[in-house]
Amino acid sequence: MRTPSVKRLLSPQLVALLGVLLFNWIVFPGFFDVAWRDGRLFGSLIDVINRGAPVAILSIGMTAIIATRGVDLSVGAVMAVAGAVAATCAVTGQPVIIMLLAPLAVGMLCGLWNGFLVSILSIQPFVATLVLMVAGRGVAQLITEGSIVTFNDPVLIFIGTGSFLGLPMPAVIAIALMVGAHLLVRRTAIGLFIEAIGVNRSAANFTALRSRSLVLAIYAFGGVCAAIAGTIAAGDIRGADANNTGLWLELDAILAVVIGGTSLMGGRFSIPLSVVGALIIQAMNTGILVSGFPPEFNLIVKAGLIIIILVLQSAKLAPALHRIFKQRPVKPSIQTSEKTG
Amino acid sequence: MNPRYRPLAATTLIFVIAYGLCILQYPGMWSTRILGNFLTDNAFLGIAAVGATFVIISGGIDLSIGAVIGLAGVVVAVLVSHLGLHPIAAFGIVLTMSALFGAAMGAVIHFLQVPPFIVTLAGMFLARGLASILSQDSIPISHPFYKTIMDLYYRLPGGGRLSAIGLLMLLVFLIGGLIAHRTRFGSYVYALGGNPTSAALMGVPTGPVTIGIYALSSLLGGLAGIVYSLYTSAGYPLAAVGIELDSIAAVVIGGTLLTGGYGFVFGTLIGVMLQGLVQTYIVFDGTLSSWWTKIAIGVLLFLFILLQQLVFSAHKAGTRLKKAAA
Repeated sequence: MRTPSVKRLLSPQLVALLGVLLFNWIVFPGFFDVAWRDGRLFGSLIDVINRGAPVAILSIGMTAIIATRGVDLSVGAVMAVAGAVAATCAVTGQPVIIMLLAPLAVGMLCGLWNGFLVSILSIQPFVATLVLMVAGRGVAQLITEGSIVTFNDPVLIFIGTGSFLGLPMPAVIAIALMVGAHLLVRRTAIGLFIEAIGVNRSAANFTALRSRSLVLAIYAFGGVCAAIAGTIAAGDIRGADANNTGLWLELDAILAVVIGGTSLMGGRFSIPLSVVGALIIQAMNTGILVSGFPPEFNLIVKAGLIIIILVLQSAKLAPALHRIFKQRPVKPSIQTSEKTG
Repeated sequence: MNPRYRPLAATTLIFVIAYGLCILQYPGMWSTRILGNFLTDNAFLGIAAVGATFVIISGGIDLSIGAVIGLAGVVVAVLVSHLGLHPIAAFGIVLTMSALFGAAMGAVIHFLQVPPFIVTLAGMFLARGLASILSQDSIPISHPFYKTIMDLYYRLPGGGRLSAIGLLMLLVFLIGGLIAHRTRFGSYVYALGGNPTSAALMGVPTGPVTIGIYALSSLLGGLAGIVYSLYTSAGYPLAAVGIELDSIAAVVIGGTLLTGGYGFVFGTLIGVMLQGLVQTYIVFDGTLSSWWTKIAIGVLLFLFILLQQLVFSAHKAGTRLKKAAA
């Protein structure tokens, strides 16, 4: 479905992002100042994009997974594993190509494992990915042997902290991934297939859709996204910290996807809006830091934001709100099918 | 045997075999001291896991448990150490607050029709945030009442100690089991987990039951927080981070289906004990690093869900065969 571009610009997520940025600007007047130094841009706004990139990348993979009515709790742990692999390759002096591809391959393997449990063994996504969430961090510590592996590899450090066309490298990677994934799902039928599986998997199967291999592929993609985020995180701190890399980021990624309007019940999804969701979360974090509020308020503000979004998106209130704002009516939610499958 | 009990029996059998293997390798593990410590060290996890069992049987999820434990501990510490309240009064306040907190989450889940995952995630952020606003540091509690409770224990034959908090956990499991299997509320919880629509059609008051389930979960979270404060003699805002996932793992290992409608409170006790066994084994071994705990629990989790999947698909195939024969 194609919505007029003006309406798309006025999506609640973008309005919310602008609102948060505006709030930041009020409490910290220098928020929108952007300076050009040493061939790259500097400023709070750039910082939001840079710091928000890992969660944005996670949310890209998570969007596709949640759209199939799944969830991936293991992305944080997979980040740690990928970071550990990248760091180990760098320390042992592997060629650059292996150092970059090995984490991605490991991430894909983790994703395939999740996909195998969900798609072939039909285990509930929450428990299936909980396995790797618990064990993955242990595996990462096994790879780094419990210590923080530091490295000086210029390529990895460039990925974490370098810049391209003035923009920080993590942001460039996130934008490229977002555009690529968005085109892939919207210019081909894949997006439609994902939505079909999310709405009703057995109906999708009856239309001869190969939901099994598609779900497998989507979880693998989620694993690759997590591995990219993990490599960036490792490059950023010039080391692999198996204990803390990506810790609880799965929750931020899921939150970003939900803020982006993708339903946890599967179906409707939007990758760019999930990235906007990730930016909203990061803008709030940065805003609380630059405004001088005690960081303890961060979680409270986050909770408040979730509650507001819940109210706006709730199946019961949304039709009423939509009537008030005279937008197109939302589909009534199919509640009887929630427990099947 | 009733096929209903198969997963529970399998879990119990695996625990007994695993414990037997541990004893074969380290005969020292066969002692009431170890068993007593199992109960004391996992008391807060067990109490929280009982609440998680109810939530999961109803088809929901509660991510806020760990944060509620942390918040409850900090509130108790502030009330006792800073405001000079008697611990019993503080316990009463904390338990009431926790129950109300859970009831509010249940109300949001029921009335706004939002997935429990997101509501309890907000609850987790809120509780953790409130705890760190109250205090950034660990607040020590040095009230004589705390010492009295921690000195209370029943001496088991063989020198083991059945501590007050370990006993409290067993009591919570007993009451939880009675509520789940012997009360109307318990059958409502199962009905809700089986299929919310048909439960509503059968006359289950879904609203009050949902609110009750989350209130119970947070109440037990608050109780677990109190137990944790007794165990550590302090309140710390970052206590019990990630305990919600440990308790969910315990529930799943205990044979409860995450899809809802099926499970046993007793199974959760086995799940908690198995996690304790893994940790104790790794301590006994001494050469294994702590990260093996995580890997072992992950592998256990995988084996158990695989087992459940096999048992249930065998059960389904069996009924299909019977139907075909008839």
